[in-house]
Amino acid sequence: MRRLTWFNVTSLSLGFAFLYLPMLILITYSFNSSKLVTVWAGFSTKWYGELLQNEAFLDAAWVTVQVAVVSSSIATVLGTMAALVLVRAGRFPGRTLFSGMVYAPLVMPEVITGLSLLLLFIGIGLDRGIFTIILAHTTFSMCFVSVVVSSRLVTFDESLEEAALDLGCSSFQAFRLVTLPIVAPAVISGWLLAFTLSLDDLVIASFTAGPSSTTLPIKIWSAVRLGVSPEINALSTIMIAIVAVGVITASLVTKRASLRQQADERAAVHA
Amino acid sequence: MRRFALIALPYAWLLALFLVPFIIVLKISLSDIDLAIPPYTPTLDVSEGWAGIKAFFRALDFENFVFLTTDDLYWKAYISSLKIAFIATLLTLLVGYPIAYGMANAPDHWRPTLMMLVILPFWTSFLIRVYSWMGILSTEGYLNQFLLSLGLISEPLTILNTPTAVYIGIVYTYLPFMILPIYSALERMDGSLLEAAEDLGCSRLKAFWLITIPLSKTGIIAGCFLVFIPTIGEFVIPSLLGGSQTLMIGKVLWEEFFNNRDWPVAGAVAVVLLLILIIPIVLFQRNEQKQRELEG
Repeated sequence: MRRLTWFNVTSLSLGFAFLYLPMLILITYSFNSSKLVTVWAGFSTKWYGELLQNEAFLDAAWVTVQVAVVSSSIATVLGTMAALVLVRAGRFPGRTLFSGMVYAPLVMPEVITGLSLLLLFIGIGLDRGIFTIILAHTTFSMCFVSVVVSSRLVTFDESLEEAALDLGCSSFQAFRLVTLPIVAPAVISGWLLAFTLSLDDLVIASFTAGPSSTTLPIKIWSAVRLGVSPEINALSTIMIAIVAVGVITASLVTKRASLRQQADERAAVHA
Repeated sequence: MRRFALIALPYAWLLALFLVPFIIVLKISLSDIDLAIPPYTPTLDVSEGWAGIKAFFRALDFENFVFLTTDDLYWKAYISSLKIAFIATLLTLLVGYPIAYGMANAPDHWRPTLMMLVILPFWTSFLIRVYSWMGILSTEGYLNQFLLSLGLISEPLTILNTPTAVYIGIVYTYLPFMILPIYSALERMDGSLLEAAEDLGCSRLKAFWLITIPLSKTGIIAGCFLVFIPTIGEFVIPSLLGGSQTLMIGKVLWEEFFNNRDWPVAGAVAVVLLLILIIPIVLFQRNEQKQRELEG
């Protein structure tokens, strides 16, 4: 019995207003021509222009993208392996410790993860820089990837792979031709999740970054500590726009794929 | 052989970059502060062999943990973090439940869009979402301008840099974590149960209280833990919105490490924080397991 009462409509409208108004205000005021962020003085795109000339921000953005691409790619490989181990490998010595280590970083406060990794890097005399941020980000995001992929693997019908083996596939071929296409959506969303987590991370990056490897969140952090600034509003708007376009495209693509699949299934039934 | 490699690679990675670092934190929390680089003693000197290892263990003690109990900053920060996390979780539940309920009652073709609207903020930068409230809540901010122009208040309210701002920030950023599990529990619910209750003479409110709430219990519990656990160690929200008034342990740890450079005490703070977190984490996993058993 689904009823969309006035109560439901009100709570949905208020709820989504609460979720979206702060960002809409931020976006609106990024086009404000005044330096005083809370006073509207007319439309202008000058803060975007200034942002593009701010080399410190551009450098930081470049570092952030490099770290995110590399760490999320390694994390996807390691996380998928970890998911296969958790779902498929059965018993082996140290399994409990392994699953504990996969799940613990998900609930570990970032300050502790950051602190412990920094102490490790100092302990083994590793110079802090892009490399250490990549190591740190890979470690925590591989656990998120593994959770996403293993939830897909659990529902996967293993007899499909057995059928492929019976039909003469090698075990690697069976994995590549049967398992991988089925878990691929989960692997891709795992990669996207790892990528976003890395782009977003302030705390762990602050602990593990060196003086020459500032990421964008660290840069934003030191700027917003001093208060609201129109340049940060412009930067935030760009970042929100990228995410919005990405998420909407992804959901349209998956919707289309599922529609096509439904059509195929119907055609198969009628054939 | 292939199976061994499959297990060994992620295993070795997590051992080296998760477990070993944590053992180092434990070790440093038992060490003494020193004016050197790194700023603590003892450091394990393996080159001295067995004598070095013995000297290392002899120098470890619980001094830093004792120090945490003598300076009331620390236990006040732990208590205050737990209190803030608890109240914020309840507030998030109060805000999130009606939204999840509305989503579950919305027409089928709306739901994917509503779902996307809830998830979208989660993909946007956490830092930016917290930052967006600074401009709203400050004394000359948009909220005060709005309320002043309506004539509801005669002078600006102080919200930024108070615990109220921290609560708003937590509810705002963690809302999707509360909505999604409750929504998925409500969506699975069989609507005919409510019809039956009403046919048998229950009022709508009573039917909601006796049927909907108990059936969404697992979702409520999961959502509450998903908000409560990360909030305890939260650093960004209290630092940007809470000002100096708000005491939270994540912020204390950060300052101990970066500002005071007292690594051993920072290590001890981290170890105690983790011990506190174990209880809600174990309870959360038990809830998840119960849910899986119900479904499976």
